Amino acid sequence: MGIGWYLVVSAMVFCIGAGGVLTRRNPLVILLCLELMLNAANLALVAFSRMWGGEDGQVFALIVMVVAACEVTVGLGLIVAIHRRRLPVNVDELNELQG
Amino acid sequence: MSAVLFFVAAIGAITGAIGVVTLRNPFYSVLALVGHLICLAALFLLLRAEFVAAAQVVVYAGAVMVLYVFVVAYIGGGEETTGFAARGAGALRVVGPLFALALAVELCIAMLGSALKGISGKGAPYVAGFGSPRQIGQLFLTKYLFPFEVASLLLLVAAVGAVLLARRQRGLEGPDQQLEVMIRAPRPAYTGTMAEAAGSARAAGATEPVGGPGAT
Repeated sequence: MGIGWYLVVSAMVFCIGAGGVLTRRNPLVILLCLELMLNAANLALVAFSRMWGGEDGQVFALIVMVVAACEVTVGLGLIVAIHRRRLPVNVDELNELQG
Repeated sequence: MSAVLFFVAAIGAITGAIGVVTLRNPFYSVLALVGHLICLAALFLLLRAEFVAAAQVVVYAGAVMVLYVFVVAYIGGGEETTGFAARGAGALRVVGPLFALALAVELCIAMLGSALKGISGKGAPYVAGFGSPRQIGQLFLTKYLFPFEVASLLLLVAAVGAVLLARRQRGLEGPDQQLEVMIRAPRPAYTGTMAEAAGSARAAGATEPVGGPGAT
C-alpha cells in the first residue's frame, strides 16, 4: 500500500476528531476526540517515518503519546474536580472562570 | 495480503472514530476508542513500527483507557444532557461538522497537490531491524536524549498536578458537610462516645453536643 493511503486515513480521523471537539458538549468525550486527533497525527508521523526510512518519526510519535498521557491525566483530574464540586459536567454551562 | 489487512484496519479505525463522536453514552465512546486504537496499532505494524504498535496497545489501549473507564464510572456515564444553557450552542452544532468537512477538503487538496514524490510509493526499502526497540532506544539515548528527559519531567509534573486537582478538599463538598453535621449531633451522655472516653465531655451536659470541634 502506498504511503498516501495512510495519510488519507490519518486526515479522515483528524477531521472526525475535530468535528467531535466542536459538536460534543461532554468534556470526557471532548478529551476522547482530542485523543483521536493526536492519534491521527501519530499515524501521519509513522507513515512519514516509513517513507523516509528513518526512525525519527517513530520517536516523535512516542513523545506525542507521552504528551497525550499527561493531557489525559490532567484533564481527567479537572473533570473529577468539577464533578466533586457538584458543577454540571457540560462545557456549555461551565462558562465562568470562578470557583 | 497487506492491502486486505490495510483496508480492514483502516475501516476499523475510521468506524471507531465515528463511533467515538456519535455515540451518546460516554462509556460506549471509550469502548469505541479502544477499538480504534487497536486498529491503529495494526496500521503501525503494517508500517513496520513494531515498538510504537506495542506501546500503543500497552500504554494507550491498556493504561490510559482504564483511566477513562474509571472516570466514566465515577462520573456516571449517563446520556449527554440536551438542555443548552448557552445561546449559540445549536448554531455550533451545525457549524462544527461544516468546519470539519472544510478541514477535510483542505487536507485532501494539500495531499493531492503535494510535491512529495514518496507519497505514492511504498516507502524506503526495508532494512532488518527498522522500528525495533533497539533502534528506538538508541535514538532516545543518543540523538533525542533531551526530549526524553523532558518527557519524564512532564510526566512527573502531570502526575503531581492530577493528584492536586482531584484531591478531596475539606469543607467544600456536600458529603463532608453532612458528615460534620452527623458528628456534631447532640447525643445523650454515657453512650460511649470517644469524647467521653477521653474525658473531655461533661457528664452533666446530657443534651449538649458531644465531640464538637473543641473536643477533637
